[in-house]
Amino acid sequence: MRKKQDRKKQISTLKKVFHYMKRYIPLLVFSIVLATITVALTLYFPILTGQAIDLIVEKGLVDFDGILQIAIKGMVVVLITALAQWIMNMCNNRMTYNIVRDIRKDAFHKIEHLPLSYIDSHSHGDMVSRIIADVDTFAEGLLMGFTQLFTGLATIAGTLLFMLTIDVKITLVVVVLTPISLLVASFIAKKTYSMFQLQTKTRGEQTALIEEMIGNQKVVQAFCHEDEARSTFGEINDRLQKCSLRAIFFSSLVNPSTRFVNSLVYAAVGITGAISVIVTGGAFSVGNLSCFLSYANQYTKPFNEISGVVTELQNALACAARIFELIEELSEKPDAEAAYVLEEADGHVDIDHVYFSYTPSQKLIEDFNLHVEPGQRIAIVGPTGCGKTTLINLLMRFYDVNSGEIAVSGHNIMDMTRSSLRSNYGMVLQETWLKKGTIRENICMGKPDATEEEMIAAAKAAHAHSFIRRLPQGYDTPIAEDGGNLSQGQKQLLCIARVMLCLPPMLILDEATSSIDTRTELRIQKAFLTMMQGRTSFIVAHRLSTIREADVILVMKDGKIIEQGNHETLLAAGGFYANLYNSQFAS
Amino acid sequence: MRKLLVYLKSYKKECILAPLFKLLEASFELIVPLVMASIIDSGIGLNDRPHIFRMGAVLVLLAVIGLTCAISAQYFAAKAAVGFATKLRYSLFSHIEELSFNELDTIGTSTLITRMTSDINQVQSGVNMVLRLFLRSPFIVFGAMIMAFTVNVTGAIVFVVTIPLLSLVVFSVMFFSIPLFRKVQSGLDAVLGHTRENLGGARVIRAFNKEAAETEEFNESNDFLTRMQMVVGRISTLMNPLTYIIINAATLAVIWIGGKEVYFGVITRGEVVALVNYMSQILVELVKLANLIILINKAIACGNRIGEILEVHPSVCTPAVGGNKSASSAETPVMKDGMPVPTVEFSHVCMTYQGSAEEALTDINLVVEKGQTVGIIGGTGSGKSSVVNLIPRFYDVSAGSVRVDGKDVREYDLTELRERVGVVMQKAVLFQGTIADNLRWGKPDATEEELWRAIEVAQATDVVKGKAKASGDGKSDSDGLDYWIEQGGRNLSGGQKQRLTIARAIVKDPDILILDDSASALDFATDARLRAALRTLQKDKTIFIVSQRTSSIQFADKILVMDDGEAVGLGTHEELLESCEVYREIYESQFKKEDREVQHA
Repeated sequence: MRKKQDRKKQISTLKKVFHYMKRYIPLLVFSIVLATITVALTLYFPILTGQAIDLIVEKGLVDFDGILQIAIKGMVVVLITALAQWIMNMCNNRMTYNIVRDIRKDAFHKIEHLPLSYIDSHSHGDMVSRIIADVDTFAEGLLMGFTQLFTGLATIAGTLLFMLTIDVKITLVVVVLTPISLLVASFIAKKTYSMFQLQTKTRGEQTALIEEMIGNQKVVQAFCHEDEARSTFGEINDRLQKCSLRAIFFSSLVNPSTRFVNSLVYAAVGITGAISVIVTGGAFSVGNLSCFLSYANQYTKPFNEISGVVTELQNALACAARIFELIEELSEKPDAEAAYVLEEADGHVDIDHVYFSYTPSQKLIEDFNLHVEPGQRIAIVGPTGCGKTTLINLLMRFYDVNSGEIAVSGHNIMDMTRSSLRSNYGMVLQETWLKKGTIRENICMGKPDATEEEMIAAAKAAHAHSFIRRLPQGYDTPIAEDGGNLSQGQKQLLCIARVMLCLPPMLILDEATSSIDTRTELRIQKAFLTMMQGRTSFIVAHRLSTIREADVILVMKDGKIIEQGNHETLLAAGGFYANLYNSQFAS
Repeated sequence: MRKLLVYLKSYKKECILAPLFKLLEASFELIVPLVMASIIDSGIGLNDRPHIFRMGAVLVLLAVIGLTCAISAQYFAAKAAVGFATKLRYSLFSHIEELSFNELDTIGTSTLITRMTSDINQVQSGVNMVLRLFLRSPFIVFGAMIMAFTVNVTGAIVFVVTIPLLSLVVFSVMFFSIPLFRKVQSGLDAVLGHTRENLGGARVIRAFNKEAAETEEFNESNDFLTRMQMVVGRISTLMNPLTYIIINAATLAVIWIGGKEVYFGVITRGEVVALVNYMSQILVELVKLANLIILINKAIACGNRIGEILEVHPSVCTPAVGGNKSASSAETPVMKDGMPVPTVEFSHVCMTYQGSAEEALTDINLVVEKGQTVGIIGGTGSGKSSVVNLIPRFYDVSAGSVRVDGKDVREYDLTELRERVGVVMQKAVLFQGTIADNLRWGKPDATEEELWRAIEVAQATDVVKGKAKASGDGKSDSDGLDYWIEQGGRNLSGGQKQRLTIARAIVKDPDILILDDSASALDFATDARLRAALRTLQKDKTIFIVSQRTSSIQFADKILVMDDGEAVGLGTHEELLESCEVYREIYESQFKKEDREVQHA
């Protein structure tokens, strides 16, 4: 039953692979034609050498003219074969790499359009490994499949045909004996499967330990935990040694065993062939025997290879299935065709009866109402993990509300294009994110055509100019992946400069200054104040000083909005906020 | 790579036996064409059927011996390769455990992890393949040539010409394609980097509406990768057709020359067949050899990456016992000149991070008595963490000295020193295991009461108790301590993790406790309760609190104000408000206005 389902899944994956191959069908057909030519000519060559050998009989009895003719014919055949093989390989390469490129392209396109809920809830490492490692394995399998499966099968069929035309009996010997090598190979593969599984499992266990201990080496050392780590590692390592040895040794038996079977076939052909030469009195010639011996070799080789190719192809299909899973993931609902394009928001934000939760079982935001006038400042406050980012997710339409509506400038945000909505917000997130590239590219991210003066002005306003100037290449200093060469504070300053440059009509500041020292924070605060002038702003922060001056304070706890009002009214109410505020002085 | 070979030492026997058996197997394989020649010449030529069967039996016997040899060779090769990898992996892990913070900072942990895992696996399969095949293929190639000489010298000349020609083709294809492979690899790295970046920055990219531009950039690097792959493909696909031409042309030549030799009665027809067979054996081996060389190249590259790490020496290590003065100072003085020796003393400390031109700390002086609480405050990158990192000797000073209980930290046994110091780092890290396992890191024999006390001080009671409910699958005896923390603490929030790491350090019960900005994810109320609870710990505990919030350190006995690697103020809150402008500025940005307003309210 399970097997049937697996088979079904494989077939559907195969169909999708064919979908990608469609564009390259001329190449595929051409490649198959070339493969047929290659195989036929490769098989024809031993016949020529056999004929040549038959022209050599004994001392003084050699037909040199005949041999020369055959040699010339042989050279032509060889050259054509080589050429056909080369062009075929090129076709296969082109087809494979293009298909891989197309798949990667689609996968990446999908990533740009996946709902954020998917990106938030799935491991990035896993998605990356799908797009990189899986596509690669798939490519290799596909390439190997193209080049080896078809030529392998063609070789088997062709040799069989050629052998039959020479001698039926000896052909039968070859045909009967060869599959034994397949049986042996699959027997060993089956027996070693569980050993490999154990090896994989143990390896996984070890990798997890390595990741933990080496990834957090500093903590390990601070607690003098090195020896414990070593002994745990050593224990797993020893187990791995045992199961690896078993898996590797037993699986490495496939090759000698199939070679052994081949040797037996060779011996059998040798004996029966030699007897045939004697019995038929030369009708089956020595040249025929030499030709047969080389066929026996060629016939068995693809059998040995095909078992490898089949596992490789299965593996490739499994990888392909993982990629397609990603590609077929539902995208964000596209903007309606007649969606409203928000030019420049006037700063009105109206939230009416909004309900939202990430999972239906855990209700978060219920009947949330808020009316923001242009230029107002909304502070979102609450203890750690209270779900403040949820609000941002809704405002920016990273997530859609379950019911109710959020309107900007009087238009429901569900009815406007996401891009026009988002470009009206300037956002600085808690987790800074910078692109690989130069400082300049990062600051100008939202406004690629900004002039030098505009960019420097924005950097100055974000208090980033002074540190950028001191970098080795100033604004053209390259930033390593994820800003590795900058401090957390500097990264945040850049993110602020990035927003400063665009100055959209509404702002979302998510703990924007949480890892910047307080002195810099003070300056940024001033810059923000000017920036916030006349702009509707939503601010998330721990620091009460930054939100005290807000027009509305939303107090959140456990993902819910529990209080709403301004500083004075909330203090007077003596609720959660008052508690939070007073605790600052409680020590 | 060569340095890694020491790890093969204890497998000397296997390393000799594996190739030896392979060579034996190959020699038997080389006899096969001779046997076949005998079948043709003596069997068919003389019409001797028993001879044919005898020779057939010899072929089977050769196959059986070959199989036995091959299995033995595989066994010894696998044993040596796996044993080698196991030893190498252990010593690499052990070595990495010894590296100090400086090296970890410069190398980076993610690359250490790949070197420990995939690189070692590559090397293992490389060693395995080398032991199995590296001797075999050249042996067959040259063996075939030598056997050809025993058959007929003139015919063997063809071999002498063919083999260098083939090697030239194989090696030049590799010579041109291997550097290109590296380019393909970097192309792949670019595609990978792009993908990772876009997943991590999905929010920002969408907020700035950069999806189209990002896709454009991705397509560029994707196309580049495809182009590189095709270029490499174009070169490496040349190999098979070219070798095919050479070998088959050689076969025709062998037949032509063989024909002449037969004509003059030098050799027989069967011997010509043998020569042809040797030629095709070479073809098969050559293809194997080419694949093997690619694999070896990969393995060597990986081996070098591992070797690089093994060559890095820890910059911070326990001084050698004996010889220097550290041995004599096992007893640390309690009093000096009639005054108690300070618990921690910085004198004229300067510090420079590896690979950095500028000093991270300049001339820091600080004296801390037993039982004092010290606050350290300052801007991002001002050197706050650098100061406290010197106490457990995570880094070494470049000038001056840090003394703990009067003794230079460089004279301590590292374990002894670090056991006295508890550090809670900025990044809250927990390990796979139960909460109790994690808390017992610094003190494996801590009782449950001790754990609970530490949890309480760290304000984590709610966290642990809450987990009791979460894991309560009907088992009533679960109190949260046995709650299973997943790798990287995935199932805990940042604040929860932070509180547990604080508890972990408290369980260790160190003389000196350092909280390095480790309450940043806590809200003000929790932070305040934590500080109050810390003060209830034993009186003789010396506590360092690094923070950006004045409220966290305001009540410390001593506050060190850092600015750009220098100490710009040292004193109590009141003193600093008077004398230190930087401190006043920080304080006012956080408190002054609110103070006023509270009074108004």
